[in-house]
Amino acid sequence: MSETNKTESAPEAAIPHQASAPGEREVLLKVEGLQKHFPIKKGILQRQVAAVKAVDGIDFEVRKGETLGVVGESGCGKSTMGRVITRLQDPTGGSIHFEGQDITKLSTGKMRPLRRDIQMIFQDPYGSLNPRHTIGSIVSAPFRLQGVEPEGGVKKEVQRLLELVGLSPEHYNRYPHEFSGGQRQRIGIARALALKPKLVVADEPVSALDVSIQAQVVNLMDDLQQELGLTYVIIAHDLSVVRHVSDRVAVMYLGKIVEFADSSKLYESPMHPYTKALMSAVPVPDPKRRGQKNERILLRGDVPSPIAPPSGCRFHTRCWKATQICKTTEPPLLELRPGQRVACHHPENFADQAPQDVVLLSAAKEAVDLVGSAVLAEEAKQAQASAAAETASEEPAAAAEETVTAEETVSAEETVSAEETVAENQESTDK
Amino acid sequence: MTELNKTGAAVGEPTAAHRPEAFLEVRDLKVHFPTDDGIVKSVDGLSFSLEKGKTLAIVGESGSGKSVTSLAVMGLHRLGARGKNVRMGGEIWLDGKELVNASPDEVRRLRGREMAMIFQDPLSAMHPYYKIGDQIVEAYRVHNNVSKKVARKRAIEMLDRVGIPEPAKRVDGYPHEFSGGMRQRAMIAMALVNNPELLIADEPTTALDVTVQAQILDLIRDLQKEFGSAVIMITHDLGVVAEIADDVLVMYGGRCVERGPADEVFEQPQHPYTWGLLGSMPRIDRETSERLIPVKGSPPSLINVPSGCAFHPRCPYADLPKGNVTRTVRPELQQVDGGHFSACHLSPEDRTRIWTEEIAPKL
Repeated sequence: MSETNKTESAPEAAIPHQASAPGEREVLLKVEGLQKHFPIKKGILQRQVAAVKAVDGIDFEVRKGETLGVVGESGCGKSTMGRVITRLQDPTGGSIHFEGQDITKLSTGKMRPLRRDIQMIFQDPYGSLNPRHTIGSIVSAPFRLQGVEPEGGVKKEVQRLLELVGLSPEHYNRYPHEFSGGQRQRIGIARALALKPKLVVADEPVSALDVSIQAQVVNLMDDLQQELGLTYVIIAHDLSVVRHVSDRVAVMYLGKIVEFADSSKLYESPMHPYTKALMSAVPVPDPKRRGQKNERILLRGDVPSPIAPPSGCRFHTRCWKATQICKTTEPPLLELRPGQRVACHHPENFADQAPQDVVLLSAAKEAVDLVGSAVLAEEAKQAQASAAAETASEEPAAAAEETVTAEETVSAEETVSAEETVAENQESTDK
Repeated sequence: MTELNKTGAAVGEPTAAHRPEAFLEVRDLKVHFPTDDGIVKSVDGLSFSLEKGKTLAIVGESGSGKSVTSLAVMGLHRLGARGKNVRMGGEIWLDGKELVNASPDEVRRLRGREMAMIFQDPLSAMHPYYKIGDQIVEAYRVHNNVSKKVARKRAIEMLDRVGIPEPAKRVDGYPHEFSGGMRQRAMIAMALVNNPELLIADEPTTALDVTVQAQILDLIRDLQKEFGSAVIMITHDLGVVAEIADDVLVMYGGRCVERGPADEVFEQPQHPYTWGLLGSMPRIDRETSERLIPVKGSPPSLINVPSGCAFHPRCPYADLPKGNVTRTVRPELQQVDGGHFSACHLSPEDRTRIWTEEIAPKL
């Protein structure tokens, strides 16, 4: 939070500005209230009848030299976000600052010099390379477009880049179809790195590749970051890959960031129920953990439509902890723990933000059936612990006691349902 | 270990006349595609067997022959290529019937009824012009002599079973009106409408989000329990394998390099390629280690498969066995113990040492 304040007070002086606290790195990209709505038009007059709210008000910042991972289910707006921050699409609202400069409304012409610093790697290594151009012409395109004459000539520089990403300089005159998927992705990376960008936005850079090749590309991006001091925004749906590459992670759900935290903190103790559910769904390559359904949280149904997102907290239709307040009030993205921002009324692994609101929504009561018993038991324990902490810290006022008893009833209810699920599990295994 | 057991030939390939006891048995399957550039040996001598109620996962990179194998079992190669552009060899025994040399009509009668398939991309596997319900009804009526009304009732029942809300309404929906996960469920409903005994799922969750993937894997597991079917799960995700498979078969360059019970293959993998796959995978349940350990190079060409062990150009241990054996002799599947086989020239001692000392600590 302290960083945000600094940049606000001196937006012009962001480049020479050095963060005072050690370890806190300079902010390279700062996004505030970013929105991207796609209009839906109907009728002869093509009047706008609604909008797909792909990105609906997100704030984050990317620090120099770090890797920010962005995860979420398909349709949560993560790719749109990537395209908007690189200005491949124009935002509907909000602002984007790159190195302290407001680039939200820059014209195409004014944006062009900045393209050198902001590059993108695309998901599909087949669709993003022109099949009728040679590799040499593809990788040298940035130099041509920007009118840059690298030392020693374009061809030499392109061959150096090809070597840098693990291809052979002799590939210069070949065509994309002569390469495998992994090699093509390397070509895409070479092109993105041609002008020595400061920020690289990679949209699903490895998801189209085989596992063994995926590891090669992940390692390559890692090496290049260290060698060239790059800053990455990596958009991916694979939580394991994101854990591996990211310093910080943003979790998106229906156009909003629901949790934004240091990678280690996020994966060790996720605070948003959605993050927790998402992580519990990732299959782990360890057959011993198979069948341990009690650690799993299954989410019911699909992501709701971004045309008419649910009121309040957007996750309340699928959340097993949702109460009335979740339906009515949108939770703000707050830094509840240092380095971990979360938008939730009833966060995991932390004190409840709305303890007075205890009545579960009917949807939540259904959703709780799909939550593993071990998860619930742990939650109940934490709820009790936090309740105990509250009684210890607060005056024994009547109001406080009320919340405590209320909380206890909830935890009791939860344990009961947890026991039920345990019994059910046992029955099913007996069968 | 007897001498007989040591050679893969004695284990994997019993005499041809012998009728197998297993529900599905594939013996020395070969699927070759002649092209202008040469013969593409997509599957080159693959053997495995599968019992009812069990799940076999076939793992490998793209181009390793996983999908071609499944299409061969379903008898779909002949159909697409009109018998001209594909050469098949070996035997596929399903419930006592041999399929490779069976007539297309015979296979057609089995397809859908005894064996069914779930494809990776339900949007292209379903006809966009017909309602979901009508497509399921068709699949049912091909094999059952019932009225449309009865078949429709059955379709609604199946849609309900796979967890589609309001099945009576959604049965009249078109594929494009369904979300990815729902579409995959509908395809599972279509595949299971005739209670097939063998279900082949070709990357059924690759195009789906993790949350939906968990739902679909659960569904397949529950349905398998309910119907007692045998399942072949084709995937490249070792996480999915660990989640669902009883047995694992690792394919490389059209051949099996390792096969065995899932627990053993994950606990004591025997082939350097399996090590490579495990090392390449970033894991969500582990603290970020320094680097992934990728397999160098890229998958082999299936036209000019490398001599000797097909994996030798990418294998970091190719020079360990004496002489030039990895480059000249193709390794056969050898028993490690029990049902665990591996095709590698490294000595068992070397393999155990490399795995426990070099690979396992880094994972």
